[in-house]
Amino acid sequence: MSDMRLLVIEDDSEAAAYLVKAFREQGHIADHAADGLDGYARAAEGDYDVLIVDRMLPKLDGLSLISSLRAQKIETPALILSALGQVDDRVKGLRAGGDDYLPKPYAFSELLARVEALGRRKGAAGAQETVYRVADLELDRLSHKLTRGAKDIPLQPREFRLLEYLMKHAGQVVTRTMLLENVWDYHFDPQTNVIDVHISRLRSKIDKGHETPLLHTIRGAGYMIRDGAA
Amino acid sequence: MSALAKLFRTTAFKLAVVYSIVFAVAASLVVMNVGRNVRGVLEDQISETIDADIRGLADQYAQGGVQQVVQSIERRIRQSGGDIYLLTTFAGEPIVGNAASLPAATLSSDGLVETTYQRPGENKAHRRALARVFVLPGNYRLLVGHDVEELERLRKILRRALGNSLIWLVLIGAVGGLFVARRVLIRVDAMSESAAVIMRGDLSKRLPVAGSGDEIDRLAENLNAMLARIEALLHGMKEVSDNIAHDLRTPLTRLRNNADTALRQTGDPEALRETLDKVIGEADGLMRIFDALLTIARAESGTGPKMETLDVSRVAEDVAELYEAAAEEGGVAFSFAIEPGLLVRGNRELIAQALANLLDNGLKYGTPAAPGVASELRLVVRRVGPMVRLSVEDRGPGVPAADRDRVLDRFVRLEASRTLPGSGLGLSLAAAIAHLHDGALRLEDNAPGLRAVLEIRATTSAPPQVGRQGDMTRAGTG
Repeated sequence: MSDMRLLVIEDDSEAAAYLVKAFREQGHIADHAADGLDGYARAAEGDYDVLIVDRMLPKLDGLSLISSLRAQKIETPALILSALGQVDDRVKGLRAGGDDYLPKPYAFSELLARVEALGRRKGAAGAQETVYRVADLELDRLSHKLTRGAKDIPLQPREFRLLEYLMKHAGQVVTRTMLLENVWDYHFDPQTNVIDVHISRLRSKIDKGHETPLLHTIRGAGYMIRDGAA
Repeated sequence: MSALAKLFRTTAFKLAVVYSIVFAVAASLVVMNVGRNVRGVLEDQISETIDADIRGLADQYAQGGVQQVVQSIERRIRQSGGDIYLLTTFAGEPIVGNAASLPAATLSSDGLVETTYQRPGENKAHRRALARVFVLPGNYRLLVGHDVEELERLRKILRRALGNSLIWLVLIGAVGGLFVARRVLIRVDAMSESAAVIMRGDLSKRLPVAGSGDEIDRLAENLNAMLARIEALLHGMKEVSDNIAHDLRTPLTRLRNNADTALRQTGDPEALRETLDKVIGEADGLMRIFDALLTIARAESGTGPKMETLDVSRVAEDVAELYEAAAEEGGVAFSFAIEPGLLVRGNRELIAQALANLLDNGLKYGTPAAPGVASELRLVVRRVGPMVRLSVEDRGPGVPAADRDRVLDRFVRLEASRTLPGSGLGLSLAAAIAHLHDGALRLEDNAPGLRAVLEIRATTSAPPQVGRQGDMTRAGTG
């Protein structure tokens, strides 16, 4: 997952410079707009894969920017960065047309994972595929059947959803909060490593007895399902 | 303002003045009424005496004619002091009597009249009398009357008495008013002084209570209760800020130390990386504390997030399922019994957070202290009366009864748990969330262990049917 065109709309020049540099280091193309109007103009013209929008911006605030773009039928995925981290703020952000919401301060690894997930969403046909495949692991989304090699692996409903999400984003880092949000549909802070335990159970189901592990832990970031050789 | 002027302006003094006036008017009315009644009685008596006299003289006339009447009158004049008599001819020529200078109208009047007269041989003109004129056969006119100087004297006595008593009434009223006003003023001044001391910052000061149980005492007692509440709140706030200072300083210090260490580790990339990971970990920890504090503050101020009707059983199932694996991993027998379809009006995320905190606590601190007791964690959700009760029960050492209220405060961590990771905010956050949902968080003895009971007010209106994925079992064991 490289070579995405990203637009960072952020008025804090230091934070923006950090983001642009960090995204470029990850192999993406990143531009910067310092206020809401400039951001709107660039987002409307440029062919970006993902917009990273600060919520509070001079001239035009982040939420208005996104809803204006949506009114113009510009559907570029947008991730909202905000110092307002409460549940209601997230709901407002998503209602304005944002696709994801990340409260400040955030870990860059979290932001990167979410941006890549959004970028993938734009182009991929992932949602329409009925069978996800990673190496010899096959998940049939209609029959909920999972096979690795020739072996059937029984799955609990939650395990199915967890694996489905991971495989939909195969090759991408998926963070713990992304899993909690997308698989469990909660945004609160679970304090303990509850997600890790679910992952390790899933891992023992799909990787146990196989030479190449598919479900990897990415240190300091989250998890990724990929062909071990890749 | 001078002390006296202050006294005159008091409500008590003004009341005393008003009441003095009211009493003066009332007293005047009473005295006037008494005077009128007494006069009426006396006039009736006089009238009767006069009538009796007239009847007597009329009898005399019938027996002995004018001659005998004249003799009778002369005799009576000699005997009596206050009675007046006058016998005239038809033309008005006086025959005998002790009254002169009568107005002409008197002699031709009918019934009892008040008239003026003059006694023969006296200088004083216009004495006053009540009199009646009777016409004897032969057209002699007989006037019998009674002097009313005594009545006048009585009237004067009453008037003087009324005047005197009014003066006393006003005097006593004013003095009494001043006395009461002074007493009230002394107490109010004492209260004002205490209030001034309190405003200068001494919150332990209380308003004086005289102990008489009157309205000022009641006011003072209520104000004192209010002051006690304010003091407790401020004390709580001070404690919170002290705790925040302490519990934020500690991770901040660690963060700074780690950053410092990193600066000196430039030669060893692996060690540097490890130290910087710690820095980020500390920063994340601080952020969590900060978020939890904000959520608590929002929940406590009641300006919390949007509330909606939701199926709390569903939320409990979700959270139970989320923690089930972690419990099993930790060797804890986790079970739950959730009554399905319980509705509350609330915020799904916050309720989930509160439940997660309780389960998290159960996992962290629920390890049995006694040997031979198995680790156990149980979530029970059911409706009790108007509330939905969500209780999380463990078999750990529990919380001593004396500490149960205290651990709900921010940052309070019991000595026994100091060594375990945690911010000390989990229970306070759960308590604040319960409060926001018109409920409460209670800690009870699970004998052995702790039972954290979170109660949320139930609602009966149907929620909007939201299709959610997930195919949860309603009860299970982990």
